[in-house]
Amino acid sequence: MSDRLLDARLVVDRGAFRLDVPLRVAPGEVVALLGPNGAGKTTALRALAGLHPLTDGHVTLDEVDLDRPATGGWVPTERRSIGVVFQDYLLFPHLSALDNVAFGPRRRGIDRRAARATAREWLGRVGLDAHAQRRPRQLSGGQAQRVALARALAVAPSLLLLDEPLAALDARTRLDTRAELHRHLSAHAGATVLVTHDPLDALALADRLVIVEGGRVVQEGDGPSVTARPRTDYVARLVGLNLYRGRADGHGVRVSPELTLTVADRLDGEAFVAFRPAAVALHPARPEGSPRNTWAGTVAGVQRHGDNVRVQLDGPIGVAADVTPAAAAQLRLIPGQRVWVAVKATETHAYPATG
Amino acid sequence: MPLALLIPAGLGLLFLVLPLAGLLVRAPWTTLPERLTEPGALTALRLSVQTATLATALCLLLGVPLAWVLARVEFPGRRLVRALVTVPLVLPPVVGGVALLLVFGRRGLLGGWLDATFGITLPFTTTGVVLAEAFVAMPFLVIAVEGALRAADHRYEEAAATLGASRWTTFTHVTLPLVAPGLAAGAVLCWARALGEFGATITFAGNYPGRTQTMPLAVYLALETDLESAIVLSLVLLVVSVGILVALRDRWMTTA
Repeated sequence: MSDRLLDARLVVDRGAFRLDVPLRVAPGEVVALLGPNGAGKTTALRALAGLHPLTDGHVTLDEVDLDRPATGGWVPTERRSIGVVFQDYLLFPHLSALDNVAFGPRRRGIDRRAARATAREWLGRVGLDAHAQRRPRQLSGGQAQRVALARALAVAPSLLLLDEPLAALDARTRLDTRAELHRHLSAHAGATVLVTHDPLDALALADRLVIVEGGRVVQEGDGPSVTARPRTDYVARLVGLNLYRGRADGHGVRVSPELTLTVADRLDGEAFVAFRPAAVALHPARPEGSPRNTWAGTVAGVQRHGDNVRVQLDGPIGVAADVTPAAAAQLRLIPGQRVWVAVKATETHAYPATG
Repeated sequence: MPLALLIPAGLGLLFLVLPLAGLLVRAPWTTLPERLTEPGALTALRLSVQTATLATALCLLLGVPLAWVLARVEFPGRRLVRALVTVPLVLPPVVGGVALLLVFGRRGLLGGWLDATFGITLPFTTTGVVLAEAFVAMPFLVIAVEGALRAADHRYEEAAATLGASRWTTFTHVTLPLVAPGLAAGAVLCWARALGEFGATITFAGNYPGRTQTMPLAVYLALETDLESAIVLSLVLLVVSVGILVALRDRWMTTA
């Protein structure tokens, strides 16, 4: 088996919208397609499953073309070695949990008794042996999610697809289910593609993140590299960083006509500068002393953020700052208030915008 | 509340209920058991149940696929086809009977060929009764099943495909169970309509006791000879109708 079980370039035209996402997944690897709503993630998943035909590009699984419009290659959904966990699970309401899981093996020619045995084993693996005879409507959200996972895995698919697998769960269930899902995904020998708009789910479950915006891949990499070096505002917001793009010249990055940020890293050319909102200090007057970046800003908004207060500021660059409630009270932070913004060079992280 | 509405409303209700009450008042309760077990009445009842059941089976066989096509396949003229399907609903049944005669009669468009090729004669036979009933009752089934199919979430069918189910297996193992309540309601309505069928039946199949004389026809005939017998037969049909209404209310109308 090659190092890429799934090799795809998903091109789908839908009116004015074009999805164009290259995707390669190795055996045992879990890749998360992460992006805002409307980015085309679900369309990508449907194209992999054969529920939506490609306009161009290809889907090749285990060296077999499942979809390649250029040559007319096409394998219908029911003959693809896939398992899909849908966002709202779509468990068949007229079948017990056991028969839902046995449905796939039965359709692949396994007799009823053997299919039920397989299903029972899978329900055991997801910890639901006791609920085998329940109908879907008698299951909790977390249980239904696990039955859906067992149903998708019971056919030992080469490619497992999950569409927002945790989105329908409440916060508490989500935490438990996420840990359990991670265990099952790690054990899955085939390729896994997971679609989510939740960065926590993506970071917890996936080996690699593919960030999709407006139908295109804007960034790709493992969790730490994506969170440390965001390349778009969307990713920066997801991981909670202030992000600016500018022109670097040694230790200075010009991020706006009026402002050049001094950074610890040394680089030249197009660059990103990122820093945490907590690294931003606010002062009533221009601060003196230590080497830091300072500029005058105007408070645009104030919100509670965990134990702190998040302040949105306008100025030469828009910036989010986290300050303590005490500091916020002392500075009388109300919209329209003028303050001085300071960020130490050592708190910034600068990296090239190309490559 | 305005009297101008209440008074006609009360009159309307009375108008609907009074005849039924009349049936109950005039029923020969003392001789009811003997009358019910009279050979003529039993024969008509048995024939009615048999033909209505066969007609319903025929409607299911042809009507469910028709409903599926109307609900799931995009084709030009679909609205026209749906309108055509509902024509028997509004068509006077007698006209339906005449139309059936023109097609399946001995000298009809298809009847002549059927007679010459296979020696099959449809008019004035029990099979003719089944055809007449199916013709009138099928729209009830098609409309109910099409509605259920439209309301059912077609993504279940996609889920079935991802699990390796072919189109046909998906239809039998997923789609049909999903629309089962609508299907059952449609079948019961269809059966009830077939059971009460009069106009098309008497026109296309005639009125031969034991062969084509169903309950409604027997009632009509008895009215001229034996009023009490007509009342008893009517009572039986009333009980069946009310039974169906109750069954639909409790089991399907609420969940469908």
